Amino acid sequence: MARQTKIRTRSADGGTEILVLVSHPMETGQRINRDTKEKIPAHFIQKMVFTLNGNEIASADLGVAVSRDPLMGVRFRGARPGDTVQVTWSDNMGESGSVETTIGAR
Amino acid sequence: MTNVHRRLFLKKTLAAGVVAIAAGAGLLRPARVLAAEWPKDAFASQSVEDALKNLFGTTQASGSGSIKIRAPLQAENGAVVPIAVDTNLSNVQSITILVEKNPQPLAASLNLSGPAAGYFQTRVKMGQSSNVHVAVKAGGKIYTASHHIKVTVGGCGG
Repeated sequence: MARQTKIRTRSADGGTEILVLVSHPMETGQRINRDTKEKIPAHFIQKMVFTLNGNEIASADLGVAVSRDPLMGVRFRGARPGDTVQVTWSDNMGESGSVETTIGAR
Repeated sequence: MTNVHRRLFLKKTLAAGVVAIAAGAGLLRPARVLAAEWPKDAFASQSVEDALKNLFGTTQASGSGSIKIRAPLQAENGAVVPIAVDTNLSNVQSITILVEKNPQPLAASLNLSGPAAGYFQTRVKMGQSSNVHVAVKAGGKIYTASHHIKVTVGGCGG
């Protein structure tokens, strides 16, 4: 199932902030299905990689304690209009997604 | 050494249990692709100290006033607690967020390189009121700061 991934950049003090929002259940593996009394298996994003013009600038390791529909924000310096920012995520069930944006002129 | 064996045994038993549950629910997938260097042991740790040890190989850390945690004092909904970390330490290598009273305290860890700045923002789940610790690795050293958040409705029970 394709999951919606949104990306936004904005200039913040001293740099540019990348905000990513993935619609993902982030199941902890501790919840119990009320009807079947079985545990709902954990399903969560483990890795999120941020690249700038193809070079990695940050990578986040996530656990089950990150909220459902995770929002991540990182900042970097020295952005120029036309730079490409890409974010790729992968979860513990082999699903993955990617989103890309270009930094616009101020 | 007995300790090592015990750990291996526990790991295998737990892994088998997880597979059994997945199979029971009819959700076993053929290829469980795990991210290569995802720090599994650190995320499975049940205390802040163990998580830091598994992540950095040491628990030696010093408090720092240069780490700013922007988070509410009181969270109405423990399922979504916004946390932003800002630091002006130089050579920041990673920013880690831990929720002390969660079953597994480690929530998220961000590794930085190149032009990335010492900033990380996310939203975490909190089972109950707890201290939130932030560990920043900068120039090979670990600095910590903490912030207490009161939770009025739990987030981990669903």
